[in-house]
Amino acid sequence: MIFIRSKISTLHAACLIGGALMLNSCGDQKRESANELDLSGNIQIDGSSTVYPITEAMAEEFRMVAPDVRVTVGVSGTGGGMKKFSRGEIDIVNASREINASEGELAKENNLRFVELPVAYDGLTVAVHPENDWVREITLAELKKIWEPSAQGTITHWNQIRPEWPNEEIHLYGPGVESGTYDYFTEAIVGESHSSRGDYTASEDDNVLVQGVSTDPNALGFFGFAYYEENQDKLRAVPVDDQNDSNGKGAVLPSRQTVKDGTYAPLSRPLFVYVNSSAAARPEVIEFVNFYLDNAAILSEEVGYIQMTEEQYQEQKEKFEEFVQQASQQ
Amino acid sequence: MTNAQLNRFKDKAFQAFGLFCTFFGLIVLAIFLLDILKEGLARLDWDFLTSLPSRRAARAGILTAWAGTLWILVMTALIAIPLGVAAGIYLEEYGKKTRMASFLEINIANLAGVPSIIYGLLGLELFVRQLQLGGSLLAGALTLSLLVLPIIIVTTREAIKAVPKSLREASFALGASKWQTIRMQVLPAATGGIMTGIILSLSRAVGEAAPLIVIGALAYVPFVPEGPMDEFTVLPIQIFNWVSRPQEAFLINAAAAIIVLLCITFMLNGIAVYLRYRQQKKVKW
Repeated sequence: MIFIRSKISTLHAACLIGGALMLNSCGDQKRESANELDLSGNIQIDGSSTVYPITEAMAEEFRMVAPDVRVTVGVSGTGGGMKKFSRGEIDIVNASREINASEGELAKENNLRFVELPVAYDGLTVAVHPENDWVREITLAELKKIWEPSAQGTITHWNQIRPEWPNEEIHLYGPGVESGTYDYFTEAIVGESHSSRGDYTASEDDNVLVQGVSTDPNALGFFGFAYYEENQDKLRAVPVDDQNDSNGKGAVLPSRQTVKDGTYAPLSRPLFVYVNSSAAARPEVIEFVNFYLDNAAILSEEVGYIQMTEEQYQEQKEKFEEFVQQASQQ
Repeated sequence: MTNAQLNRFKDKAFQAFGLFCTFFGLIVLAIFLLDILKEGLARLDWDFLTSLPSRRAARAGILTAWAGTLWILVMTALIAIPLGVAAGIYLEEYGKKTRMASFLEINIANLAGVPSIIYGLLGLELFVRQLQLGGSLLAGALTLSLLVLPIIIVTTREAIKAVPKSLREASFALGASKWQTIRMQVLPAATGGIMTGIILSLSRAVGEAAPLIVIGALAYVPFVPEGPMDEFTVLPIQIFNWVSRPQEAFLINAAAAIIVLLCITFMLNGIAVYLRYRQQKKVKW
């Protein structure tokens, strides 16, 4: 089912134009200073469709700097991308979660070392229908009670979660079990990755989840921050209380600020790219990754994610430089 | 009510029901098309067709996507048509009606119903990894050829079956060999049906995204493929990608890309109808 919505929010339009202007100027500067960049070759990237928009933006801008480098980006998912990455079939993988043990093992077997570079944040947003006037905030324990595997078939009404909430059915919406978003949410909420109740409406397309929650007053769903931000008129985000006052007091609403400063925990998640050691020995890849880290702040915001702090990007650059030196010594 | 009146009423009722069924599908399709046209038509211009993909919805285009789709289409046709038609001719004209033949027949019919993602996995292992073709156009076209082969084989057989036996017998009576009969009598008479099958199956191939994503077709490709070993993307992948973006402007792009994809499909179907019409005029018994 394809839902085509008709209205462009003015906020978004403003964002787009603002972003475009800023980037144009930044791109132009880059081009002048980098006119001499005489690089060529192919850079093959694959992996998460969540990270894809950032990497697509990078590839697009990098063409201005080094027009002879062919950067291609696929969307076979974090799992599919990691498999190719560990076999050395691609240079860089987009990942919406960390590399897991078996993938790391496979890379080792193929004599590949790799470096993990966080490039931006996403805030998983718990949302309800705007007419829902009872859920003003929710705690982690309550979210766990709703989503844990044993809730299947037993937690079916709102008043089972908090007695003062109405005796109405609760309808759940969430990403499909193959997505990194699902993995991260279950890890953070249930405590175990890939484990939750199965009787919820699942879709790989977050727009479908938005559509579901925005048309069902008894709904509760979760998805990426950008999908909430684009649909604020149809959804209401629920502040989440992690009951840890050192990390933002009380319930915290997801926003660009709270995700960036880490108070929207534990549902802010980092998005990564991984670079392998054989790729990091090639000048065009080194240039591209540095370009990526230099521009991640502005470009990730432009496509709907949340930038990390400047120091964090600086740290990643140093980490990458070290990795490149090791790779060249090999 | 007499029996006759009752029967007449039933007749009318069924007619009304049939009419409803006919229009139900058409109306849903019309609503869908109107929605897409309303959304996407304004976005559709020359720049959209000639630009590279971009993170800025207003600047993004589908050049590499439609070029990839055309490459895939032509290569799939070159691979699947000769194989499928030849297999159909063999099974219908030469194959002995043994248990082996009926076993093959059941399996080919079953293959026509296998979900496309399964073909993607097969293509990944066989073409991409074993034959080391990588995520190239050739690997994609071979995978889609497997996908549409059963359809071509089945429609070819049906078309050949529909050629009157008397025609073959007349040809044999004049001393023609089996191959001469097939080449000069049966195939020309069956061409209309075979063509329809081929074009419908290619229309299916044009709309596939899942098996191509599995074999490693990309989403961002900043160059138009120049040869069969190049990497590629296709329209359905680009559409899928845009539809799942949070920003509204990408959904409008998706609508515009859907219009282009629909145009390609309608063009194919138009060619099928035309070829069929021309062939039917030519064949006179």
